Amino acid sequence: MEHIYLDHAATTPMHEKVIHAMMPIYQEVFGNPSSIHAFGRKARQLLDSARRVIASSIHAGEKEIIFTSGGTEADNLALIGTAMANREKGNHIITTVQEHHATLHTAEYLEKEGFKVTYLPVYKDGKISVEDLKNALTDETILVSIMYVNNETGIVQPIKDIGEILKDHQAYLHTDAVQAYGLLDIDVNNLGVDLLSTSAHKINGPKGIGFLYAREGIKLNALQFGGEQERKRRPGTENVVGVVGFMTAVEIMLEEREYRNKAYEGFKQQFLNILKEEEIEFQVNGDIESTIASIVNISFPGTNVEKLLTNFDLSGVAASSGSACTAGSVEPSHVLSAIYGENNACTTNSIRFSFGAANTTENVEEAAHRVAKIVRRLLK
Amino acid sequence: MKNNKDIRVVVGMSGGVDSSVAALLLKEQGYDVVGIFMKNWDDTDEFGVCTATEDFEDVVRVCNQLDIPYYSVNFEKQYWDKVFTYFLDEYKAGRTPNPDVMCNKEIKFKAFLDYALDLGADYLATGHYAQVREHNGKYEMLRGVDSNKDQTYFLNQLSSDILEKVMFPLGHLPKSKVREIASEHGLATATKKDSTGICFIGERNFKEFLSEYLPAQPGEMMTLDGVIKGKHDGLMYYTIGQRQGLGIGGSGDPWFVVGKNLTENVLYVEQGYHNENLYSDELIATDLNWINPNDVKETFSCTAKFRYRQEDSGVSVHVLEDGNVRVVFDESQRAITPGQAVVFYDGEVCLGGGTIDKVLKQGKELDYVG
Repeated sequence: MEHIYLDHAATTPMHEKVIHAMMPIYQEVFGNPSSIHAFGRKARQLLDSARRVIASSIHAGEKEIIFTSGGTEADNLALIGTAMANREKGNHIITTVQEHHATLHTAEYLEKEGFKVTYLPVYKDGKISVEDLKNALTDETILVSIMYVNNETGIVQPIKDIGEILKDHQAYLHTDAVQAYGLLDIDVNNLGVDLLSTSAHKINGPKGIGFLYAREGIKLNALQFGGEQERKRRPGTENVVGVVGFMTAVEIMLEEREYRNKAYEGFKQQFLNILKEEEIEFQVNGDIESTIASIVNISFPGTNVEKLLTNFDLSGVAASSGSACTAGSVEPSHVLSAIYGENNACTTNSIRFSFGAANTTENVEEAAHRVAKIVRRLLK
Repeated sequence: MKNNKDIRVVVGMSGGVDSSVAALLLKEQGYDVVGIFMKNWDDTDEFGVCTATEDFEDVVRVCNQLDIPYYSVNFEKQYWDKVFTYFLDEYKAGRTPNPDVMCNKEIKFKAFLDYALDLGADYLATGHYAQVREHNGKYEMLRGVDSNKDQTYFLNQLSSDILEKVMFPLGHLPKSKVREIASEHGLATATKKDSTGICFIGERNFKEFLSEYLPAQPGEMMTLDGVIKGKHDGLMYYTIGQRQGLGIGGSGDPWFVVGKNLTENVLYVEQGYHNENLYSDELIATDLNWINPNDVKETFSCTAKFRYRQEDSGVSVHVLEDGNVRVVFDESQRAITPGQAVVFYDGEVCLGGGTIDKVLKQGKELDYVG
């Protein structure tokens, strides 16, 4: 049985070129970039060139890139780092109910630290409303954190409009762009964001590396202390191999982005078409026209997540859901609960399929048929 | 005949050593083994710690050692509706329920079995100490070889149709051997302590647990003749034959619970382990399940257990018109307790069982027993 991977929003396979770029670094470059000798300089060189490539991928300056261990750390640094540094300007933060837990749980932590947090609602189309944001803004607001693309529904959020509104407001705008980075053309100036998080392993790079973009001049406290790395904002010896892998993944991504958008959108449509041909009853969560190419979230009425995912896996189809079902606890998806209300069946019968580098027309077709067969069997 | 590798067996894994070894043995026999952890109860404490999370971690580790897939499923709602509600109702009625019997009947071998079948399983396996035997197209349940661990008492509500789809890979093994296999294979759970008590209460104080769900009504503690001996904390905290926690001092033999009066909220106590009021010679049982009902005669002799881990006693069983049974003891029995299971055996074969409803002595119902 061929195992088919439809969970690229969770993580992606590394691109072969990324692996090839990393191997010689492992073998040949072990120096510490902070060292004052040739070994160190060699490593520092790699770090600098990677930073250049990565900065230019979002039209940022090199000094505005802070390498982190990944998206979660970048989100934590963005929220806690700016909240703590700007406390004298106000204690109000705005985010949304459908953020990734890396943001949500950090916001909850900040509430415990005395900040007031407003969680904007999300509507049936899977988007937040710009009007709601306007209404929530106060003179006390110091930070607005809204994800660019929701990781469960794939819905693209109106970040540019929000950036527009915040132009004349003191609040920083942070966006978690972890799901957006590989497919959307991101220009931080055009978007009007001050902080932006990404992660390498979502774009066919290695795990354990990501970055936070922090606009020059914004006030940001470090969360850890030690050396001078990342201009003291993220001390610790740099993950040079990871950074090189990340850079390579970014280079390939920039080259292939257009093609990937087309290909992944094609996989998605193909997948949905087969379900329709097989006369499977389903509903796409959120406005499909607003989804990113790689992600679709589907509700299968009359089923439940645990049984679907287990059956999918046993028949070789890897997908996932926003509802955590580890250790047997069913936490309905917080994103779908926000969209539909807490007790709506969609919150416990929806699956996220996400397409990417591990897919071909053939294996997407095969996966769709397997999914259709299982759903049909379970509804009998 | 299918090859074992084409036979899918879902193993209910608790994170304990028994179900770990059950999975290991099936894997060694070449089956397509799938481990599933069942969560029936949420005991998350104020620090967000939940025993289920720890137990699932153990399931994950063992399954990875065995290289089998693992998943989890949640039956909290079903457990609450079918087992916990029954459990509270029985206590409210002054009886001593057996939630393990109900859990096997309603959850493990019903909801969970259905779930396993929905995953394309051919069999459901558990780490219970019991054996299944096919006999002329029917399926019988035999005691586990380790008489000290035999769990057929708790499985008395299963039927032949269910047993057809069930495997008990440990039934032919003594517990010591199971531990030995686990350590030989270096299983993560090899030295894990066996769980004790009712699963949802765990190591917690039973009284405290129950008081969270049922209001305790303290009342008088007296002898059957009406001599007041003290106060009780609430009838639900006591079971027939109990000695501990009565707090009656004085000289002479120790005191024991012999019965309850729910209407008057009185706990009856008498002196001496062998007090005659603790003894009876018949019982009426309800909710009968016969594993192979067609084999059951109207009247027959067999052995029975009235409690888990008790020696069998000779009885004659009379099936009544309403399907209930009258069970006459060969020798009078001590502390027969309404709410507990009575389970029947023909030699090694478990015939089925029911719930003890009434207790009789010389043809008369002992109304003080409750």
